[in-house]
Amino acid sequence: MLDIINVNKTFNKNTINEKKALWGLNLHLNEGDFVTVIGGNGAGKSTMLNMIAGVYPIDSGKIVIDGVNISRKPEYQRAKYIGRVFQDPMMGTAAGMEIQENMALAYRRGRKRGLSWGIKPSEKDFYRQALEKLGLGLQDRLTNKVGLLSGGQRQALTLLMATLQRPKLLLLDEHTAALDPKTAAKVLSITKEIVEEQHLTTLMITHNMRDAIEIGNRLVMMHEGRVIYDVAGQEKKNLEVEDLLKKFEEASGKEFANDRMMLS
Amino acid sequence: MSGLILSLQDAVVQGLLWGIMVLGVYITYKLLDVADLTVDGSFALGGCVCAVMVVNRGMNPWLALLIATAAGMAAGAVTGFLHTVFEIPAILAGILTQIGLWSINLRIMGKSNVPLLKSETIMSQFIEMTGIDKQIASILIGVMIAVVMIVFLYWLFGTEIGSAMRATGNNEAMIRAQGVNTNLTKLLALIISNGLVGLSGGLVCQSQKYADIGMGTGAIVVGLAAIVIGEVLMGKLRSFGSKLTSAVIGSVIYYAIRAVVIRMGMDPNDMKLLSAIIVAIALCIPVMMRKWRLRRSYTEGGI
Repeated sequence: MLDIINVNKTFNKNTINEKKALWGLNLHLNEGDFVTVIGGNGAGKSTMLNMIAGVYPIDSGKIVIDGVNISRKPEYQRAKYIGRVFQDPMMGTAAGMEIQENMALAYRRGRKRGLSWGIKPSEKDFYRQALEKLGLGLQDRLTNKVGLLSGGQRQALTLLMATLQRPKLLLLDEHTAALDPKTAAKVLSITKEIVEEQHLTTLMITHNMRDAIEIGNRLVMMHEGRVIYDVAGQEKKNLEVEDLLKKFEEASGKEFANDRMMLS
Repeated sequence: MSGLILSLQDAVVQGLLWGIMVLGVYITYKLLDVADLTVDGSFALGGCVCAVMVVNRGMNPWLALLIATAAGMAAGAVTGFLHTVFEIPAILAGILTQIGLWSINLRIMGKSNVPLLKSETIMSQFIEMTGIDKQIASILIGVMIAVVMIVFLYWLFGTEIGSAMRATGNNEAMIRAQGVNTNLTKLLALIISNGLVGLSGGLVCQSQKYADIGMGTGAIVVGLAAIVIGEVLMGKLRSFGSKLTSAVIGSVIYYAIRAVVIRMGMDPNDMKLLSAIIVAIALCIPVMMRKWRLRRSYTEGGI
């Protein structure tokens, strides 16, 4: 389904700020894989997601989704295949526009936009039903500006928008990191529901080791721009946080360091 | 007293015709969140093109307006191209186009001023057709064109492409993640905006019966001032249609104020200073308010 083949990326090449972010990254995802991604500071987790989404071009290598080589396609063309939720709740929605307008923009992801009306009346019911499933009471606020919503509500809405038009691949970049624990748990459970219901192939970066073990069917650990540990199925389910820390030291020869990482 | 009423009527006409330019400025400044300085150049361009078409070619005045609009759109496309493809900051891209247009406008006219004299204008045609008073006819035409443009923009920005343009000004990263080529939406918005500005330049040229190389100087500030005045007066109204309307009404009020202060003895040349001050104050107030609140909310002893 997704193939990342020997991808390299260096930021600020030939300057003092040169940073090698991805060093020959290889990763293969099967249809329906729900992969959690962990790693230390600067391991290249977010860079990997941004490279898949096309935010920056890659230096070399290949990224293929369902047989389509997207390595050199611009971000807006890749959006056809990819749904995204960002770490910053402000980033995934247009604050000055209504909830229903945001959803209508997302509903047209990957489709041709023409001169027909931006929201058709028939869509509104569909949006209301979709919002109702979130259980946040947003279904009665279709015409509210998104700027009025809390961070958690905005993140849940962004998630819904990313999946309104079923994406081939869902990219979640620490999408609960900026939320308080209770809201984070809520957004995470919504995530699980949506991914399960639509059988989405998903890459989720998380700062929570426990979540990384419990959620999804596969876990990937990154260090210095490549995958150093890849585990799936029962073996993954049986992991403990200590095992992960040990694995990290074995593979990298360093102690695990991540400012935000929650170990339990 | 009748002199004042006459100059106020004149101000309404000017306000309405310049109001079309204000709509253009509204698109870039409010929806796209960039200050597009192409406006000064594309307004004069619209006027120059219109004058030359009517005087030298004896063209139908409506057709001349259409060509003025197209010329404005081309100017917007140049700025949009510099801004999106070559990533020149929007303000600088606009200045480059504006400066370049000065020479182009002179070339188009061949001199710095072209009078329309006895040439037909849309106003003279209308008066001939209906036989009504010149001032009233001009106001009617102004209202009609403003309404048509507001309805057009209301429709356009409600469509799928229009929504994508609004979202581009709101959150570029978000709308790109939804599959929209934001370079294209920005280019499109600049083209439409400057098309309106060119149209407005053509209308003003026909109304004042001459085109002048300096007619667009300071147009962007007039546009911003009109938007500010409209917001102050009708800020409570939230719908998109009423916001567009308030931009045009702001323009009418601006010219009414201008007429009054000039009658009171102010030098018309000082009007640019007054406009600049209005805009500067409007931009300063929110920042001052924020700083003031921040200072007030400080306490030494924690929460």
